Amino acid sequence: MKNILECFEATTARFPDKVGFTDVNRRSTFLETMRRARKIASALLGYGTKKPVAVLIDKTCNCIDAMFGALYAGDFYIVVDVHSPKDRIENILSTLHDTIIITDKDSLELANNVKNNQPVVLYENAINFDIYEEQLLNIRKHMIDMDTAYILFTSGSTGKPKGTVISHRSLISYVNWVTDEFKFDETTSFGSQTPLYFSMSVTDLYSTLKCGCCYNIIPKQYFSFPINLVKYMNEYKINTIYWVPTAISILSNWKVFDVIKPEYLKTVLFAGEVMPTKQLNYWINTLDNNITFANLFGPTETTDICTFYIVDRKFADDDSLPIGKHCDNCNVFIVKEDGTEAKDGEEGELFVRSTFMADGYYNNPEKTLEAFVQNPLNKSYPERVYKTGDIVKYNDKGELIYISRKDFQIKRSGYRIELGEIEAGANSVEGIKNCACIYDKQEDLLVLIYEGKIKKTETVMAGVIKKVPSYMYPDKVLRIKEMPQNANGKIDRKYLLQNYKNF
Amino acid sequence: MEKLLEILAIIKPGVDFTKSSSIVDDGILDSMDIARLVGEIGDEFDVEIEVTDLVPENFNSIDAIMKMIERLEDED
Repeated sequence: MKNILECFEATTARFPDKVGFTDVNRRSTFLETMRRARKIASALLGYGTKKPVAVLIDKTCNCIDAMFGALYAGDFYIVVDVHSPKDRIENILSTLHDTIIITDKDSLELANNVKNNQPVVLYENAINFDIYEEQLLNIRKHMIDMDTAYILFTSGSTGKPKGTVISHRSLISYVNWVTDEFKFDETTSFGSQTPLYFSMSVTDLYSTLKCGCCYNIIPKQYFSFPINLVKYMNEYKINTIYWVPTAISILSNWKVFDVIKPEYLKTVLFAGEVMPTKQLNYWINTLDNNITFANLFGPTETTDICTFYIVDRKFADDDSLPIGKHCDNCNVFIVKEDGTEAKDGEEGELFVRSTFMADGYYNNPEKTLEAFVQNPLNKSYPERVYKTGDIVKYNDKGELIYISRKDFQIKRSGYRIELGEIEAGANSVEGIKNCACIYDKQEDLLVLIYEGKIKKTETVMAGVIKKVPSYMYPDKVLRIKEMPQNANGKIDRKYLLQNYKNF
Repeated sequence: MEKLLEILAIIKPGVDFTKSSSIVDDGILDSMDIARLVGEIGDEFDVEIEVTDLVPENFNSIDAIMKMIERLEDED
């Protein structure tokens, strides 16, 4: 297989009239999605191939049509968050340089506001184009599996967003693993939480394309009204979810399953941040025993995931979940600071070697060279590997354990401090819904911020003291009424660090 | 009611909530705003909001929110 669209075509041939994608307003069959994608591709043909296509459409079936449309035109797409600040969108468009914008009537005003000479294609016009069969076929003939499929922009710790370049080959290789591992098929019905400009969305979207599943876009509002969320899951017969832990925790914190249970759920996957065990245990203990729970781990730079752990035993509320072992066709190894391989449970930085790997960052050779490097263990021939910046180790069961981000490692009076360990301790305190520990480098302060009904911060501190050594005690404990979330639905740590003084 | 309007003015400044009967349905408050509102109500009115109270109908108008708060205060 050379092109991810071959999956789409095989699935459409098998299930032309099966509904593959739904949003609140539309249910789109595989055939209809393909028809619209090919019409959009025909509308894009005049602008040349191998070009970045910025998709400025909210998370709907229309957005998916446009993404696949770009692929059919031999281009690569970039889904842009239409709710993000104008500055950020302009920043992304300027990084892309020579791009085509596709938008719909709802976001046309935004597109006109942020564009800078780029041509704008309107979705509603594009889906009325004639399909240029011959040209589309010709484009495909000239494509190879190393051609770019899409670019995902990540926030980048300083300033400019980084655009991770993912090829058809990486996508095909990753989707092969995830669909085989979790046995997705045409009966799989996803309830999709993650935005299409976030790497996690690749898993449910492209698994749907490959296996003929159904990709149901859950309206964001449902996460505020958890009973309605479960009702929605039952109405759409959702049996598989892949959410960020913050979203999973909403249902635990409100004890929703004491009132209503998801009736069809079989597979619960999560990634993107550390899953608090107490909140996971609520799911495990109140729902059906046959449900598979798995902790997935990986950066955007390995398409989505590089290691995973299927929950196979009980964990106490203050235990941390392993990140498990490498995926198929994906190799990981740990390198110590001295450049040699870590052994016997030694800590070090996680490196990845796999076709899941991205090709680099778009128009950013410096950052590309920093992260995509020669394999430090191979002195014999050129071999590019990805340096994750994550510190990990193996436990005595041979499972990988996540320790922290390399940049977040803190040393105080000679001791290594792990923010995650403090959080795991605090999270296990009864009444804590959510917490984050941040380190203010300038002030040398460890600040624990929590959300929950405990009003006295001393009570939380007393709980933390029981769990962590004294050098890890937070200097400050602050209570906030609602943990801030970033656009992906994860805890917004950057915001916390910038604003904690005003809490 | 004033206390509620004060809370709302902090969460979403410059919106006249008294006129709307579809605060949630029209997206005037997004999911983050609602989560914050729920936290503030719990604290400021000292009531325990249950998951069964978390339905759009209870948040679509000032009257509906007040009715919910009064009901929860009575339950205490």
